[in-house]
Amino acid sequence: MRPLLNTLYVTTEGAWLRKDGENVVIDVEKAESGRLPLHLLSGIVCFGNVLMSPALMGHCCELGICVSFLTMNGRFLARVEGAVSGNVLLRREQYRCSDDPSRCAAVVCHILLGKIHNQRAVIRRAIRDHASSCSAAESGALVQADRGLAHIVERLHRTPDVDSLRGLEGDAARRYFDVFRNLIRVSDAGFQFEGRSRRPPRDRVNALLSFLYTLVTHDCRSALESVGLDPAVGFLHRDRPGRPGLALDLAEEFRSVLADRLALSLINRRQLRPTDFIVADSGAVTLKDDARKTVLVAYQERKREPLKHAFCGETAEIGLFPWLQAQLMARHLRGDLDAYPPFLWK
Amino acid sequence: MLILVTYDVSTVDVEGEKRLRRIAKACRNYGQRVQYSVFEVEVEPATWVALRQKLVDIIDSDHDSLRFYQLGAHGERRVEHIGAKRPVNLKGPLIF
Repeated sequence: MRPLLNTLYVTTEGAWLRKDGENVVIDVEKAESGRLPLHLLSGIVCFGNVLMSPALMGHCCELGICVSFLTMNGRFLARVEGAVSGNVLLRREQYRCSDDPSRCAAVVCHILLGKIHNQRAVIRRAIRDHASSCSAAESGALVQADRGLAHIVERLHRTPDVDSLRGLEGDAARRYFDVFRNLIRVSDAGFQFEGRSRRPPRDRVNALLSFLYTLVTHDCRSALESVGLDPAVGFLHRDRPGRPGLALDLAEEFRSVLADRLALSLINRRQLRPTDFIVADSGAVTLKDDARKTVLVAYQERKREPLKHAFCGETAEIGLFPWLQAQLMARHLRGDLDAYPPFLWK
Repeated sequence: MLILVTYDVSTVDVEGEKRLRRIAKACRNYGQRVQYSVFEVEVEPATWVALRQKLVDIIDSDHDSLRFYQLGAHGERRVEHIGAKRPVNLKGPLIF
């Protein structure tokens, strides 16, 4: 079993990353503030104005370390990609599958199965944990949403084309986010949630969700690249220049488990307060520097939690699951598996 | 697995100083310096074989000594630190 490698996050403005032997050195104002051996890392995520030497970039590409540059608020800017490697036959098979409507629909159906199953798991967990503190109307809404999603899951199997599947996904997302506010157990007015909004997020919960989704996508992307798949060519997400379609597809299965649950925990345990966010005059909401660090620490710790993989039967850290799923996807595309088994949270 | 590498290199001549630098550099590539001649390296067994051989090749066994302490897969639990120069937990969240 492959070890769960760590991710380096650099959030200090003006930091300069350079290579020294097999180390990455983080210089802040010309003084060394950190030094890490590269063989322990699977990714480097730079926030805001962070500089990196070309030698380090090249070396990261060679070692398969995924380097992403994000804005201070976590919006994706760029990634560093070296020479294309991996298996050309696998990638070609991926493109063929993506072009073949019926094969594509089969994969999308399974991805959505995973996604909606995991959304239901989040809702059901809330029903179980908060049954006593919920009003009848609230728990009724949750049960209703759970049933609605179960109904959509049944319809997935009978839907043969990708566009209709996308329609069902939208339907599921609406039902899920309609009750998402019931999962927030703190009564602060600052944590009101009125549905998803993005580019920019218009409330605190959305700001937190968007930030976490970026982190999940980064991890899914490096997982796909490490098994030799092309993260840009997806099945559910249409091709668009600069969009990592397959990484977003894979992230769908993980959003509710890795991001939504974590966001709820951070809010409900009061690890984040409404004052940890900045509300701009334009209505856009972003995280403050310290809060961003709190989220990163929580995310890294969350990834360390062990979980049993329903399909492989192995117990591994959750952080490795995107990598396991990427491998299963590769096996399906190669024809070793009849169907793509999605990640199902218990 | 976590391995503690300590060394004592004789630096009476220029050759010795060279060996000292090379040893330190090889250790630093794979681990972190916790004290002047003490490194904690977190490596896979295969990497360790290579690193170990590299270190053995560098030293002059007539004048220098190398010691390896195998701390195992959960080595960080067997380590207690007191005082200044607290090392980075390489398995924990890395945020700079």
